[in-house]
Amino acid sequence: MIEIRMHGRGGQGAVKASFVLAEAAFQGGKYVQAFPRFGVERRGAPVEAFTRIDDKPVQIRSQIYYPDAVIVLDQTLIEVVDVTKGLKKGGCILINSDKKPKKYDLGNEYNIYTIDATKIAVENNLGSRAAPIVNTAIVGAFVKITGIVKLDDVKKGIENSIPRNKEENKKAATQAFNSI
Amino acid sequence: MKKTMIGNHAASWGAQLSRVQVIAAYPITPQTLIVEKLSEIVADGELDAKFIKVESEHSAMSACIGASATGARAYTATSAQGLALMHEMLHWAALARLPIVMTNVNRAMAPGWSIWADQNDSLSQRDTGMMHIFASSSQDILDSTIISYKVSEQVLLPTLISFDAFFLSHTMEVVDMPPITDVDKFLPPYNPEYKLDVNNPRSFGALTSEEHYYEFRYKMQNAMDDAVGLIKKEGREFEKLTGRYYDLVHSYKCEDADLIFVTSGTIAETTNVAVDELRKDGKKVGNLKIRVIRPYPKQDILKAVKNCSKIAVIDRNISCGYHGIFAQELKGALYNESDIPVWGYLAGIGGRDVKVDDIKEIADETFKSKKPVDMIMKGVKI
Amino acid sequence: MLIKFRTDKKGVKISGAKDMPPMPASLGLMNWNKTSSWRNLKPIIDYEKCIDCFICWKFCPEPAIKIVDERPVIDYDFCKGCMLCAEECPKDAIATEVEGK
Repeated sequence: MIEIRMHGRGGQGAVKASFVLAEAAFQGGKYVQAFPRFGVERRGAPVEAFTRIDDKPVQIRSQIYYPDAVIVLDQTLIEVVDVTKGLKKGGCILINSDKKPKKYDLGNEYNIYTIDATKIAVENNLGSRAAPIVNTAIVGAFVKITGIVKLDDVKKGIENSIPRNKEENKKAATQAFNSI
Repeated sequence: MKKTMIGNHAASWGAQLSRVQVIAAYPITPQTLIVEKLSEIVADGELDAKFIKVESEHSAMSACIGASATGARAYTATSAQGLALMHEMLHWAALARLPIVMTNVNRAMAPGWSIWADQNDSLSQRDTGMMHIFASSSQDILDSTIISYKVSEQVLLPTLISFDAFFLSHTMEVVDMPPITDVDKFLPPYNPEYKLDVNNPRSFGALTSEEHYYEFRYKMQNAMDDAVGLIKKEGREFEKLTGRYYDLVHSYKCEDADLIFVTSGTIAETTNVAVDELRKDGKKVGNLKIRVIRPYPKQDILKAVKNCSKIAVIDRNISCGYHGIFAQELKGALYNESDIPVWGYLAGIGGRDVKVDDIKEIADETFKSKKPVDMIMKGVKI
Repeated sequence: MLIKFRTDKKGVKISGAKDMPPMPASLGLMNWNKTSSWRNLKPIIDYEKCIDCFICWKFCPEPAIKIVDERPVIDYDFCKGCMLCAEECPKDAIATEVEGK
């Protein structure tokens, strides 16, 4: 079983990102579970969402405490939230950032990656320049790094779980996938 | 067909596949998405049902009672305070012997305001005369809705299907949706012998003196007793259709277990994972999931626990002044029948997360303990 | 009530659970249950004073006032003698008679 934790801010689409990734893995024949951290969500407040991917039905129903991977949708969260908490040794962290991975000092036990998902979202008219919706771009980058889901399945996942701007979202995911 | 959906939507699709004819509901977090989805399903023409907007949960159940009395298949959903407001009409639905199936998303009672998982809301309805199921997966929610209409309409008792807020209601997972043509073969249209019908007038719910009231209770109790067998029988019929069987209790590795957990809802699923891990460490543990609490599956429970030496009940509820409700019920069932000691644990109250590690700790504590304890409030901060 | 009766071995008329429907339901309408015996006051309409406003017909809680040939008529099989009709009548056209006098 692979367990992934997402960190975002309310309104950025972290919960949707967990659902899109789960839907993509489901399209690839996996069993999945995706859920938000059950808080009272407000725009801008730090939020968490979780995805579990397995070959058999997922029975565990608690939150994820020891993730295999962490996705950070907003780099400013690194200063306010302990994004590596519980992350397994050798686990990966993917950060939405225009900086290089080595700019982040998160210890040497993890593999750090960055993707400028904000730029990709803006280029594809997803959300506004002030509040871009980066979830599909970051999922595209994440599946490239981890290889857990095929890009085609991500596109199918977007088709099934994103209500609007399906084509733009697929383009953003593909662009992110290709730029890693 | 396999699909991904959140638990709330599994309830909506369960109602759609059951071809409910009247839906009356009032929104409340975390149930709202059930009704939102159903209103879409009705608006899209995927279900031919009358959708009634009402001003309260009391009215929602009242509308369902009226609909069901005319012979329509009625459905509603609510949570916590909403279920409490419905309380009077739940008694009415049961004593009027109306096979309404409803969903309750288990949420902690206020105050303090909470939208998180806790079973006190639905367990407060334990004595209304409704059958009461605790679903533990989205698949269970969808399938239970269909099976419950089949059972309810035979024994003429309403069913309350409860499941944990957020841990199921807002969690997306894979659900296998049976084709509606298959469900149609399993669940025929509802056509009761006694119903409100202008061409054959009767009056219902009239004055009943002490001469007959007791006998109505006697008949209700018989219906509950019949339901035990029917839940199993219809469970097997449903299995022929889908390959999935639902019993009143589900035991996991109980046969040779020294310690058996007694659990319900999502905690039961996490406990199965804990059982596997504990077994790897050489600890002989098992898990008995109580899926149906009314009718209470006493014989099934006695059979499942007969070989163990200790029982640890995990309750996500409390009857303040006594203790965890599942623990009380279990001890009641064991008394006169068995001398297996019972440890009662509380966990997950107010939506607090119950981790695999918590369950492993409960196992260790119970193994070490020499004398049974009525209630251990696990993890409470003092 | 939809309850049947049977006779036991000793010839006593009894009814129990097996003679009853699952829920408290009556066979047919409740109009066999004539409630006139409950009445100790009896309203009587003075049709000379009555202006056919039908306020009595609207207010009767039973309802035991019917409209016959476009006039209000009290059905004494069901009137319980609450005298609401007399209270509400704008023309004081409903008189009160004490039953059994």
